[in-house]
Amino acid sequence: MMLVWLILIPFVGGLLSWQADRWGDKAPRWIALVTMVLVLLMTLALWLHGDYELPALTGESQAIRWAMEWRVAWIPRFGIDIHLALDGLSLVLIALTGFLGTLAVLCSWKEIVHRVGFFHLNLLFILAGVVGVFLAIDLFLFFFFWEMMLVPMYFLIALWGHSGSEGRTRIRAAVKFFLYTQSSGLLMLVAILALVFSHHTVTGTYSFSYEVLLDSSLSEELAMWLMLGFFVAFAVKLPVVPLHGWLPDAHAQAPTAGSVDLAGILLKTAAYGMLRFALPLFPEASQTFAPVAMTLGLVGVFYGAILACGQQDIKRLIAYTSISHMGFVLIGIYSGSALALQGVVVLMVAHAFSAAGLFILSGQLYERLHTRDMRHMGGLWGRLGSLPGFSLVFVVASLGMPGTANFVGEFMVLFGTFPVAPVVVVIGCGGLVLAAIYSLILMQRVYFGPAQGHGVLADLDWREYTMLLGLVALVLLFGLYPQPLLDTTAASMAEVEQLFQNAPPKVGPLLSGGQ
Amino acid sequence: MLKLSYLVAFVPIILVCATAVTVMLGIAWRRQHAVTAIVTVVGLNLALVTAWLVGQAAIITTPLLVFDDLTLFASVLILTATLACATFCHVYLEGYPGAKEEFYLLMLCAAAGGLVLVASRHLATLFLGLELLSMPLYGMLAYTFRDRRSLESGIKYLVLSAAATAFLLFGMALLYAQTGRLDLSGLISGLTASTGVWGLAGAGLMLVGLGFKLSIVPFHLWTPDVYEGGPGPAATFLATASKVAVFVVVLRLMLAAPVFQERWLHDVLTTLALLTMLVGNLLALLQSNLKRLLGYSSIAHFGYLLVALVVGTGLAVETACLYLVTYMITTLGAFGVVTLLSSPYTGEDASALHHYRGLFWRRPYLAAVLTVCLLSLAGIPFTAGFIGKFYIIALGVDAQRWWLVGGIILGSVVGLYYYLRVLVTLYLVEPGMRRRDATNDWGLRAGGLVVIGLALLVLLMGVYPSPVIEWAEAMVIAVL
Repeated sequence: MMLVWLILIPFVGGLLSWQADRWGDKAPRWIALVTMVLVLLMTLALWLHGDYELPALTGESQAIRWAMEWRVAWIPRFGIDIHLALDGLSLVLIALTGFLGTLAVLCSWKEIVHRVGFFHLNLLFILAGVVGVFLAIDLFLFFFFWEMMLVPMYFLIALWGHSGSEGRTRIRAAVKFFLYTQSSGLLMLVAILALVFSHHTVTGTYSFSYEVLLDSSLSEELAMWLMLGFFVAFAVKLPVVPLHGWLPDAHAQAPTAGSVDLAGILLKTAAYGMLRFALPLFPEASQTFAPVAMTLGLVGVFYGAILACGQQDIKRLIAYTSISHMGFVLIGIYSGSALALQGVVVLMVAHAFSAAGLFILSGQLYERLHTRDMRHMGGLWGRLGSLPGFSLVFVVASLGMPGTANFVGEFMVLFGTFPVAPVVVVIGCGGLVLAAIYSLILMQRVYFGPAQGHGVLADLDWREYTMLLGLVALVLLFGLYPQPLLDTTAASMAEVEQLFQNAPPKVGPLLSGGQ
Repeated sequence: MLKLSYLVAFVPIILVCATAVTVMLGIAWRRQHAVTAIVTVVGLNLALVTAWLVGQAAIITTPLLVFDDLTLFASVLILTATLACATFCHVYLEGYPGAKEEFYLLMLCAAAGGLVLVASRHLATLFLGLELLSMPLYGMLAYTFRDRRSLESGIKYLVLSAAATAFLLFGMALLYAQTGRLDLSGLISGLTASTGVWGLAGAGLMLVGLGFKLSIVPFHLWTPDVYEGGPGPAATFLATASKVAVFVVVLRLMLAAPVFQERWLHDVLTTLALLTMLVGNLLALLQSNLKRLLGYSSIAHFGYLLVALVVGTGLAVETACLYLVTYMITTLGAFGVVTLLSSPYTGEDASALHHYRGLFWRRPYLAAVLTVCLLSLAGIPFTAGFIGKFYIIALGVDAQRWWLVGGIILGSVVGLYYYLRVLVTLYLVEPGMRRRDATNDWGLRAGGLVVIGLALLVLLMGVYPSPVIEWAEAMVIAVL
């Protein structure tokens, strides 16, 4: 029941803050803040009290075990259940959602002044949807939440976004975001349905349950097509390079809270989807597909990094760096080794912190300078109090400096992938150099060089200071001591690895029968 | 010949007709808008209850009509739609300077026609029902005839509908020439033996005639103009009750008659379905009038529904019924909001998109209702529309009709684009726009309550669809 509350609380909180609009601007903000803090505290309590260090699984790879489970029949006609389950991976990501949700509420405290109640309704609905995605273990329910978070995100960008220059309006960006994700989502729906119906033809029962479908046997060709259906949906969201068109616009035009959510959490739903569904459901097809996926990841690493170097808009720059980082995530996921998979989790968490930090900082710059164009910045180091110092920390984290969580993540991904695909790793390391370049470009152009104005701008107030300090602490904490994160997700990642690597080779069950 | 059980089965139709007569006599005696509306609503409610009670009994087959689960299902939908329209009418016609009461009379007649149509098992009743459904619609669409657009839409519908009727009659004649029978069971057995050229031609022509009413693509040209011009309640009735009734009869024909499974007719249907969903969605992209946009979107939705007819096996009936329900309540809600905004009547309806700019900040609940309906039309989770779309895609995937599945996906994506355009308009603020607005007490009026109820129903069906699914699944269709 706890799991249901995790979804219901932001949902109800959203409705409350919408209605609280009539009591002034403060009420919705406080309600939203309390809601998100509550979610965060609940996940932390779960983390403390639950046991996620499951014993390593033996040969019976199907014995999936959840730390918590909640199940009730929903649409019996098709065997659809409301089936929520929690394991280490989802717990970490939900905690992340709670934390970044809190930050998103905090960082819009002064930025959003119009229609405050409705803004928080949308924000909290997104977060409810994301938590749902991380908990749902029934494919129909998963799709339900997957699509549900799109609509409020659309409103967030379309109504509270910033219109960029050159005809890049916020509505255009919002529509682009929606169409990309929705159309790829429909492909996933078709894949889900095809999976369910092929299971139906074999067994005669309908089921959308993850555990049941995990056992369904598919012909090689069908599995490949279905895997691609899932992959495309996740690849759009991650994003993988040819499908990334929506991301720079959406990030740049969204309000700060929207960018924080997008970069911090929404991109992670895609990686989660791959880890939870695409790989385990179609291990063989995924294995066949892995070289392609890793190549796409490499392309993403370089494409994102190179384009980031050429951006004028600070938020677009950060958006492109996200593409680059997600390239590493994709490489790590499809390498399938436990080390790389754990690295993926650390990298996701680390990227969420550093990207959120950078987006919050650019939001604060915007509040002070009313521009996001780096040509109008420069020489800000002495004029902004402690803001540039924080920027340096997050920029350094983003380029993967040892001591930050990003370093741990990237290192583990590359280290774990090396035995599987050494060439990819060797080339991928070049991306780290580019990361240093774009990070330094960002620092240089914004904070150094000739000053564009005089006088001292407002320093951070206690709210901004606390947010950033919290983020810095977490980046350093997981950079220096990532073990709790690794312990929590070890079991789930080991399971993915086992499913992926023990996938019976195409020759048939003869070779793998002995395990 | 006339058995008592027959009479019981006829009760809903008789009740609707009796209400129509009562309304007519009432008008002759003394014009009173409120009383007329109340009589209409009471009559329709009685018919709804009796239809439900009759439906619980076993299947009743008379020589001309059949009362099975499908009939019950369609009757309930038609009566519900008519009821909703009646409540919208009451608000809408308040401001109409001319005679108000005849509108109810026309609507009751049309509803009776719809009830006959969905129960027909003989070409005579099919034709009678269809005409009884269509004729009053001419009057309803041209009801506010001092408004040029309304008159235009009425006449346009009259002319095109007459043409469609001609096709239909010709098709029936050819079928009669081939088989010598007019009752559907006779026709079917006649055609099973040998289809023949005339049989095929007849079936094709009937399809053209019915396709006009459903606005399947090459026959869709009237739809946007008629939707735009007709007064709100009439357009609502046309989009819901009328289309549902015609679709149900087509469904019955397709399921029963083997001629429709004929290879080339089948291919034609597949092409039509693809064309309808794509053309409808693409044309809707360019509209700046909400009623026209809903018109095109209804074309697209019937394109999706055709998938159920093309597949015709397995989940087909269930899918069609479920989709009809979701389509109907959603469309009722969307048109209801348009009608409420144009109420009371003061000339042309408030259907241009700029009337809706910033609606959310003026009328939050009304805008929320429209939002829910548009999301449902777009097939977003948490709304009934998603369940409908889920079913249609499931049907396509199950039957492995990948072209159709591709068409549905493409169509939905295009569809999203224009629904989103309307949606975001509702929430924008643009000072200094000319405003048409609902009356301040809209939420307390019957029409307002109905609209809110419909939105809640859309959400409820999106979250808890099991009851409707069970209803659709258990549907027993009489063998004709």
